[in-house]
Amino acid sequence: MELIFEKSVSGRGCSILPACDVETASLPANLSREEPPVLPEMAEVDISRHYTELCGNVHGVNSGFYPLGSCTMKYNPRIDEEMAALPGFTCIHPLAPTDSVKGCKAVFDTAKKYLLEIFGMDDCTFQPAAGAHGEFTGVMLIKKYHESRGDADRRTKIIVPDSAHGTNPATASMCGYTVVNVPSASDGCVDLEALKEVLGEDTAGLMLTNPNTVGIFDKNILEITRRVHEAGGLCYYDGANLNAIMGIVRPGDMGFDCIHSNLHKTFATPHGGGGPGAGVVGCKDFLAKFLPKSALMDGEDALQVRSFSGNFLVVVKALAYIMTLGKEGVTEAAQNAVLNANYLMSRIKGTFKPAFDRICMHEFVLDLSGYKEETGVSALDVAKTLIDYGMHPPTMYFPLIVHEALMLEPTETESKENLDKAAEVFRKLYKLGFDDPEYMKAAPHHAQIARPDEVQAARNPVLRWSKND
Amino acid sequence: MNFPNELKYSKDHEWVKTEGETAIIGISDFAQDALGDIVFVNLPEAGDEVVAGEVFGDLESVKAVSDMLSPVSGTVAAVNEELADTPEILNSDPYGAWIIKVEGITDTEDLMDADAYAEFCKED
Amino acid sequence: MGSYVPSTDKERQQMLNAIGLDSFSELYKDVPGEMYLKGGLNLPAGMSELEVRRNISAMADKNTVFETILRGAGAYDHVIPSIVSYIPAKEEFLTAYTPYQAEMSQGILQSIFEYQTMMCELTGMDVSNASVYDGATAAAEAAAMCRDRKRTVTLISGASHPDTIQTVKTYCYGKNSELKVVPVKDGKTDIDALKKMLTDDVAGVYIQQPNFFGIFENADEIGEAVHTAGAAYIMGCNPIALGIMKTPRESGADIAVGEAQPLGMPLGFGGPYLGYMTSTDKYMRKLPGRIVGETVDANGKRAYVLSLQAREQHIRREKASSNICSNEALCAFTAGLYLSVMGAKGLADVATQSMSKAHYLASKLCEIPGVSLKYSGEFFHEFVTVIPKAGKVLSALQSNGILGGLNIDGDILWCATEKVSKAELDKAVSVVKEVLA
Repeated sequence: MELIFEKSVSGRGCSILPACDVETASLPANLSREEPPVLPEMAEVDISRHYTELCGNVHGVNSGFYPLGSCTMKYNPRIDEEMAALPGFTCIHPLAPTDSVKGCKAVFDTAKKYLLEIFGMDDCTFQPAAGAHGEFTGVMLIKKYHESRGDADRRTKIIVPDSAHGTNPATASMCGYTVVNVPSASDGCVDLEALKEVLGEDTAGLMLTNPNTVGIFDKNILEITRRVHEAGGLCYYDGANLNAIMGIVRPGDMGFDCIHSNLHKTFATPHGGGGPGAGVVGCKDFLAKFLPKSALMDGEDALQVRSFSGNFLVVVKALAYIMTLGKEGVTEAAQNAVLNANYLMSRIKGTFKPAFDRICMHEFVLDLSGYKEETGVSALDVAKTLIDYGMHPPTMYFPLIVHEALMLEPTETESKENLDKAAEVFRKLYKLGFDDPEYMKAAPHHAQIARPDEVQAARNPVLRWSKND
Repeated sequence: MNFPNELKYSKDHEWVKTEGETAIIGISDFAQDALGDIVFVNLPEAGDEVVAGEVFGDLESVKAVSDMLSPVSGTVAAVNEELADTPEILNSDPYGAWIIKVEGITDTEDLMDADAYAEFCKED
Repeated sequence: MGSYVPSTDKERQQMLNAIGLDSFSELYKDVPGEMYLKGGLNLPAGMSELEVRRNISAMADKNTVFETILRGAGAYDHVIPSIVSYIPAKEEFLTAYTPYQAEMSQGILQSIFEYQTMMCELTGMDVSNASVYDGATAAAEAAAMCRDRKRTVTLISGASHPDTIQTVKTYCYGKNSELKVVPVKDGKTDIDALKKMLTDDVAGVYIQQPNFFGIFENADEIGEAVHTAGAAYIMGCNPIALGIMKTPRESGADIAVGEAQPLGMPLGFGGPYLGYMTSTDKYMRKLPGRIVGETVDANGKRAYVLSLQAREQHIRREKASSNICSNEALCAFTAGLYLSVMGAKGLADVATQSMSKAHYLASKLCEIPGVSLKYSGEFFHEFVTVIPKAGKVLSALQSNGILGGLNIDGDILWCATEKVSKAELDKAVSVVKEVLA
């Protein structure tokens, strides 16, 4: 379809502002731009149609099954959106006087109380805007802790399992740490012997998800956190997979010292095509004094990871969600997320091979390396063929410890019949790989576009539209 | 796979050609094949020091990035500027498309001849 | 209890049986017994939708919604066209994830490509990323783009937003690299002091335009000094001002960043906001985060993809310069939509009206005895006044439904946008006059 710039007609526009009712001020020439920016000139109706057309080329949670592993694509309730759109929240200036923002404080306080109960932590900050941003905040707490003990110079290493999300090692590096990768054992969990070998006086901490990225709850978790603590390090819980265990077991009770949780995964706030999220960071009491502040709002020389106090409107949505679910509902969501994953895995079994054939948590990984050897059809080809069936493909080629991986996370908001239908599609594609591998290698056939040429995109980057093109 | 006899090879899949005091370094056919379509090359600048066994640049394909480890220690005398705009020549002509030239060599890794390297690639 | 789980008890039992289990607890057999949360969570019982609406609306009602807002300081109350509030709420955009699968995400990818183009147009730059969290983190990420082995020190103007300074400081502290704050003189970056600080280990210099006090910096002169010293030049620009203001590119900047909340996002008590980042071609492969590129599909049809991904954490892991993954995509989408609705003319109108109202407010306030402009420089839509009894003035305004400027150590930083009318400004001025009479 055409770009909005290509639909622009000189002289068109929308009527938004009245004429200026005070004397017009203007910039001196040395401060003025030479030429106006080239922006679309459009009537409102054409803008509306343009975006409606774009909308038709997007697959959202409500468009169909979205089992994107590690991303927890659950249904995003409408009431949460409605609450976050209340003028009593949207019109509030972040620097408004304290006595005029009691409602915002109530939102933060209530959300904090509930989340700390779910995390098993003592305090938290809402400043981080996303999961990776929360990781950065959490590891900075660890850094501050070691510094406060005069221990910063020798504790220079953060341990990260080889199955971790890329954000973990990238975060450790942003915080000035050397990353030590520890291999996984054959069951996908932390290899205790390998962990023992890397722990020492230079250990600043460990970053871990539990359940881990292959969807398995590491039953040695208490042993793992105890060993890290004995070595003088702290334990960071990457909350990407919290949806599996909320209300069942708490990261704080597993021995973790701090945690981030993606409100845009576990607590049902929408992903917005890549954001905004919110990455609340919880911690134990002894780290609370290092939590970030706003220089302008709090007047303190503390850690600060962004302006003001965070993605407040996202917190409103998460609060509405937790209030809806309540004591029983939070646990129910976790249980059904796990049930749905196990059910889907069992229905696919016998075709594509699970990387770990055992009870999983909220997600599971298929290992297509054998299938690829037999048929020549890769995980990518299967993913692309799924698109033709109106299904968003699973996460591909992650975690790195499984070759030809497809990672599926159905979430609790899929019904049994949807899982049955999805499993049916997987079984059908499994067979198709033997019957007509070439068809799958050229898939998708009925999507918005065929496979894009990513090599050309990277070799000759075209990153903006230009008037002269 | 093509491994010319006149070149030496490192276990990190770089080839080395010695011309007088200068070592010319590129990546092997095996390396370019494993990486797939190379889309960008991060190069050092002339005058930079490189150390044997350490990273001197990296190669990007669409979905991966791979460090290049120097087989020699010395000073970069020249970099192949052509790679900035046409990184694909590393795929199409891995032995013609040199990457850096190093002078003032103070150390060299143990390198393999073509036969030993071909054997090494089979195991890798 | 509220619930979004569709399956019935009967179906759940069928599913459990299908995987050879009897109860939910068997699903969690890997969880050591001593850790199991006994008695469940200490949370209130779940609620119906109506109860949730009542409870949360009651919270919103506890906030004061000011009719007139004369406070900015990093968060700006501009007009949001109706269509700009409406379209981003469409479910497809709202609920999709990052467009990893280009074949079913062309709508999002194209909208980001359009946004990138618009931000390049606003700033005069060659490339833009698909957004970062906010203006403060954009500044911190830009500082990281400039550092290399030889140049590790970052300079930031003391006339920048305090939250930006503190955020950049935190990011630099993380990377164990040094940050120095350039002193302020008469509400502007002290250029003589800056020149002395430009040693050969300085990687990048950040200034804000207009700065925290609303004043225009001598951006060209700063740029020349920075480049003479071999460092990179980062400008944090207000995107509304860019409707009329000299672009960072024209002032010599290598990287332009900023807080794009004014482009259609509500105040929302501080977020979600939008950090934009653009740069010259030279810095293209150092930009963090998502970037969308144009290409063709297997049939030769124009298509958009996430591009240059080898920079990013999921590929480069500990060698990535940033860990960013989720960004503020829907806010970028909103900004693109806002700019399409306003067009270049509309944006210039917003900028000019904001500036005009601020200048009107300043002139009227300064007619009151004891009130004067603190700084002499040219200003945009914010300015600082010396004023007696700042606290009293602000509470009197508040009782009149007006959120006055921000109290900075007894002075007041005022802001006016196109949204306030002359009548509102006159009312505010009369309240101030009464307090100071």
